[in-house]
Amino acid sequence: MSQSFNRGLVEDFGRWREFSAGMWAWVFHKFTGWVLVGYLFTHIAVLSTALSGPAAYTNTITTLEGLLVVRVLEVGLLAVAVFHMLNGSRLLLVDLGVGLERQDVSFYASLILTGAIVVASVPTFMAGVSL
Amino acid sequence: MSTQVPKEPETEEVETDPVVKSAQDRRIREKAERTARERVKTDEAPDLEGEDTRVIKVFRYDPEVPEKQEPRFDEFHVPFDKGMTVLDALMYARDTYDSSLTFRHSCRQAVCGSDALFVNGSQRLGCQTQLGDLDEPIRIEPLPHQDVVKDLVVDMQHFYEQMEAVDPFFDPDDLPADEMAEQAQTRANREKIKMSTRCIWCGACMSSCNIAAGNNDYLGPAAINKAYRFAMDEREGSDKKRERIEIIERENGVWRCQTQFSCTEVCPKDIPLTEHIQALKREAVKENLKFW
Repeated sequence: MSQSFNRGLVEDFGRWREFSAGMWAWVFHKFTGWVLVGYLFTHIAVLSTALSGPAAYTNTITTLEGLLVVRVLEVGLLAVAVFHMLNGSRLLLVDLGVGLERQDVSFYASLILTGAIVVASVPTFMAGVSL
Repeated sequence: MSTQVPKEPETEEVETDPVVKSAQDRRIREKAERTARERVKTDEAPDLEGEDTRVIKVFRYDPEVPEKQEPRFDEFHVPFDKGMTVLDALMYARDTYDSSLTFRHSCRQAVCGSDALFVNGSQRLGCQTQLGDLDEPIRIEPLPHQDVVKDLVVDMQHFYEQMEAVDPFFDPDDLPADEMAEQAQTRANREKIKMSTRCIWCGACMSSCNIAAGNNDYLGPAAINKAYRFAMDEREGSDKKRERIEIIERENGVWRCQTQFSCTEVCPKDIPLTEHIQALKREAVKENLKFW
């Protein structure tokens, strides 16, 4: 055989416009998974301030909640967590072999449900904590 | 555009009676001139004025010609008829404009699996894809994640090796005493494996798989589907089935599948590949959880 031409991986994420539901579900699941792993470290750091006493912990929480950017990020965190949970349940069904021919519908359903829950949570998060 | 030369006059006519040779020569010369004229006319693009045409952009690459080593896209205008497929358009382009345009095709009815192509960003069979259903310009490329040999021809060797890796053959525990006896299968079992037997080895699924793209050792959807076809068949021998499950549950077997459903989306024979991979995952777990 003569030499051959390798086009590399350009056609993978470069062609995201052509991604189907299953592929998007996979991309979002990976992304939200990594975000949650990253959040875990922040979570531990914040909770660890309680080791220095209740006052330090309360102080940390009120300071953080006083920042608008933190409250906005919390809405994002909820979106990420809810989607990861719902899509995780979807993947559970996929692993059990239930309704594989309707997997795209369950992906859209988890997206819509995530959106609804996030929108409903916005007032709560924006109000912040009153201590 | 083409480098074709006019056909040589037919030589058998030259060896005729010497008396009529001059007249014969004249006719032969005239014929050659006429052919050359006609050929020039067709080479200079046929008159498509007022016709319904479609534009196809075809990936071109030829490692054997220095000028063609740089991959490029060629545009061809092809007359459109209702019911025309991508393969028809390619054949028109090849026959009319550039005889060096290279692609595989054989049966033209989605049975041989030769003409899996990357059309408008998706793996499809050229002979099964209606030109009228596609947005213009229609981009026709060779299958991604396989080495391009020339134009639209990709190297299928790796794909075939993966298919062979799952031992795609029957190996029953015992054969019937009468060797002419039929080894029948129940209707229910036939239904179970029906879709998996439809595979035509076109390689579209493997090409669409994001995991197979990054990991050349992954068996790929087609090979796992082939394993499913035999493992789920009730006539499969129990020893062979255990062996087969061992093959597919290795590091680069079923567990690499991350259920992106890309293969199921592109399969031209509508095989539920992801479903079959998932079924084999469960089968592998069951095999390992047998404590009795």
